[in-house]
Amino acid sequence: MTAATRSLSNNLSTFLYQRPRFVLILLLLPPLLWLGIIYLGSLFTLLAQSFFSIDDFTAQVVYQPTLDTYARLFTATNLSIIFRTVMMAAVVTIISGIIAFPLAYYVARFASGRMKAFFYIAVMLPLWSNYLVRVYSWKLILAKEGAIHWAVNALGLGPVLDWILTLPVVEGSSLSTSYIGTTLTFVYIWLPFMVLPVQAALERVPRSLIEASSDLGAKPNETFRKVIFPLAIPGIAAGSIFTFSLTLGDYIIPQLIGSSRPFIGQAVYQFQGTAGDIPMAAAFAMVPIVIMAVYLTLAKRLGAFDAL
Amino acid sequence: MGRISNDPPQFYINVTDLIMNSTTAAVSFNQVSRHFGAVKAVDAVSFDIKDGEFFAMLGPSGSGKTTCLRLIAGFEQPTEGHVLVHGADMNGVPPYDRDVNTVFQDYALFPHMSVLDNVAYGLMIRKVPAAERRRQAEEMLDMVALGGFGGRKPSQLSGGQRQRVALARALVNHPKVLLLDEPLGALDLKLREQMQVELKAIQRRVGITFVYVTHDQGEALSMSDRVAVFNQGKIEQLASPTELYENPATSFVAGFVGISNLLEGAAAKAVTGTEGACSIRPEKIHLDSAGSSVPANAMGVAGRVSAILYLGANTRYDVALPGGGELTVAVQNRDAHIEPKEGEDVQLWWEARHLMRFAR
Repeated sequence: MTAATRSLSNNLSTFLYQRPRFVLILLLLPPLLWLGIIYLGSLFTLLAQSFFSIDDFTAQVVYQPTLDTYARLFTATNLSIIFRTVMMAAVVTIISGIIAFPLAYYVARFASGRMKAFFYIAVMLPLWSNYLVRVYSWKLILAKEGAIHWAVNALGLGPVLDWILTLPVVEGSSLSTSYIGTTLTFVYIWLPFMVLPVQAALERVPRSLIEASSDLGAKPNETFRKVIFPLAIPGIAAGSIFTFSLTLGDYIIPQLIGSSRPFIGQAVYQFQGTAGDIPMAAAFAMVPIVIMAVYLTLAKRLGAFDAL
Repeated sequence: MGRISNDPPQFYINVTDLIMNSTTAAVSFNQVSRHFGAVKAVDAVSFDIKDGEFFAMLGPSGSGKTTCLRLIAGFEQPTEGHVLVHGADMNGVPPYDRDVNTVFQDYALFPHMSVLDNVAYGLMIRKVPAAERRRQAEEMLDMVALGGFGGRKPSQLSGGQRQRVALARALVNHPKVLLLDEPLGALDLKLREQMQVELKAIQRRVGITFVYVTHDQGEALSMSDRVAVFNQGKIEQLASPTELYENPATSFVAGFVGISNLLEGAAAKAVTGTEGACSIRPEKIHLDSAGSSVPANAMGVAGRVSAILYLGANTRYDVALPGGGELTVAVQNRDAHIEPKEGEDVQLWWEARHLMRFAR
């Protein structure tokens, strides 16, 4: 390096060192542009579409602000789609939480290094394989000729399963055409998103807090209810945000597995792709956003993030 | 127990001893061991803690003092032996069934609860009615000078305040024994000294047995009625602070409590005439100019100043001895005294009774 270039790079270093704010702006500008224009900008453009309407005859979008599209959104059919999706998201979230918590608890509190590594791989592994392949595998597993029906019949419990499948709401000719199948597949696909935040939250609870609770007279079940569980709630809340919002938006699983009654994601897909009704698709896309906003507000109100 | 000169009559002492040893020991360790694999964290230790005393367990990290505390709290079970609390065998008794409470090193305050709920936690577990436990918790917060802080979260308090909340949370349950695990370790020096005075005052007021674990010899000496010095899973010496400082039983105690000034082997022989380890406290040594005479009934040695450390109230001189080894001398800066420079020869002397000899 010649003396001239060396002093140039020195000067540049000095220039930047003396202007930390300039360096900060330089570093933040690209991600902020990405977030602002490509991420939020396109989202708001889409949502703005929901305040326009479509001309029934020409099928062209009329660029005049109106609430007509929202009026059309709240019909009985659409409301039942929204209700169905929200119920599914809630059930999937609750079941994921119930399955994830003991697993996360064991790993956070008792598993040693090697066991922990195995756990991480076991939880993450499904995420590395193709989503569609996994959903189709479940379709086969849940089919009338599939593994579950076969195992249940082999145990002589076939009639019980058949009876369950005739129950209201569940109703389907096999697991793969019932809500049970949809729920199972959703839980399988989103479970890692619940396990990891819960495990992280439990891992952050210092052992001394548990000892302190015990020292102050609390039996293990009381310590769990008063100390461990409340401190795990932010993790459960974070996990539930994943499982809930991912279920709200998914359109492939309910299409492949279940009763073929539409969910929000399918409705958006149909209005946008098949019908070309972009304002209606945009209005439908607003629904999960509003539901998540309400969900987060309620969670905050209930103190889910107090221990953060 | 009565090795001082003005002993009461003999029969009286026996009765006191009997009471002390049998019925009023707050905690008794009876040949207690706690092994972790091959590591003997606590190795066949026996001692009694008297009811109402401020008892310190002092030692370097890994010496077994914290394990002993956890054995009393119930977080550990002894591998061998028995721990008794007020005469009751604690083997197999879980922490929540023991009448002892702990102040943790990291305070272990519940972050999701208010200060008041933290203090009232033990009362809530014991199903004390809400109004009553609120009253008691507020009273206890007043005692630790945190009245009016009940509504805050622990994260909104300073280190010293959290420490006092942890103390209030333990004391509100009126435990038979209060265990303190290096409670002042995380505080800065000024606050630590202030808390030492407060802790001592609180202990006197509530009259509860305090068992205090620390690696800070200053803390142990300033607060405790008696101190147990731990080393490698065993107790080296159990005595009052004065006894510990003036008459350390082993060279380890002499080194750990105060500045060691330990002389061994040839260095010891050059000064005392025998090879056994010996030590003299720095403030007991007089510093004179080279060649001055040593008073009768005193021991002396000549040396050369190798380092000088001016500390304000006193000055420390490290003096190298011709027979090997080094002695530290602390000179009070009260009146004029000789001020030798580095490399100058000096004469040291001390009263013979201040020489401490050790078998090991």
